[in-house]
Amino acid sequence: MPFPPLESPQWQSHLRAFAWGLRAVGSTVLTLVLFATYLGIGALAHDTHFSLGWVLLSTLLVWAGPAQIVLISTLGSGATVIQAAIAVTVSAVRLFPMVVSVLPMIRGPQTPRRRLVLASHFIAVTLWLECFRLLPQVPRERRIAFVHGLGCGLVLVCLVANVIGYTLAANLPQLFAAAILLLTPLAFLLSTARNCRQLADILALGLGLALYPLASRLHTGVDVLISGIAAGTIAFAVQWWRERA
Amino acid sequence: MSEFIGDWHALLVLVIAGFLPNEVWRMVGLWFGSGVDEGSDLLVWVRAVATAILAGVIAQILVTPPGALASVPDWLRYVSVAAGFAGFALARRSTFAGVACGEIVMLAGKWWLG
Repeated sequence: MPFPPLESPQWQSHLRAFAWGLRAVGSTVLTLVLFATYLGIGALAHDTHFSLGWVLLSTLLVWAGPAQIVLISTLGSGATVIQAAIAVTVSAVRLFPMVVSVLPMIRGPQTPRRRLVLASHFIAVTLWLECFRLLPQVPRERRIAFVHGLGCGLVLVCLVANVIGYTLAANLPQLFAAAILLLTPLAFLLSTARNCRQLADILALGLGLALYPLASRLHTGVDVLISGIAAGTIAFAVQWWRERA
Repeated sequence: MSEFIGDWHALLVLVIAGFLPNEVWRMVGLWFGSGVDEGSDLLVWVRAVATAILAGVIAQILVTPPGALASVPDWLRYVSVAAGFAGFALARRSTFAGVACGEIVMLAGKWWLG
């Protein structure tokens, strides 16, 4: 999608920048993946007896696909609130480096933190990837408005998908529901693989996949945290050692 | 509202187990982020751990599949994801091609199984 040039008067108002952010939602294939993922989350919530309002509110408040799937499936399988909270906290650690790496692109030298709270809330895999792709084409002083537009647009798409998934769930053929749920691991695996730049990233992805089945035998409730810290640390150590050797 | 969202208990569970665990990391990132250098060893390690945790979450969904995905046999789930990765690699790292490839293999496998 072509944006107006950086010095164009199109960028002069915050509202226009917000609108360009909204429009950018239609420019990426990730929107489609997100739509299908939230269709699946809606259907999953229906099958595990959560209310429609609850799942919509979870999309607004949580705004992280894998975390919502982990939350709904652990609660649905009879885990306690504390166990679910630990599992979700662990799956959400990845948001920290995402926020840290993308905020320098969004903020100006004088931007106060409180103006970045909403933009930080919108950060999850999709917005994170799209910021790296789109923000260089947006003037710096309009980037917050642009990110707000992009975030609102993506959330809106997902809320609609939730409603459709939830209402269809009862009539959804099982094969179709399985295909939708398979989208999440596929899309997350491949978009992470695409973003691997350093040796440490590639090793972390491979080892993280390989070590989880081992860690899951421990049945600690924080298996993902154990395999993640182990795999990530090994990956970091290998890269550190290679760079200095 | 109680019909639409559920009782206060369901709402409390959502805030404690859903909202707070995610928002905490975002706000920690916002608070400390400005002081961390992009190329520092600390951030490389944090990113490696974050990537490995996401990989673990992916593996978790595949090993203990939620909902309807459990109707797909174990081997077919793994083969589908492997096929998706092969498609992704062959199509010059196209996420779309990889996702399509994985889904087609899963659907074909289910159809073949009957």
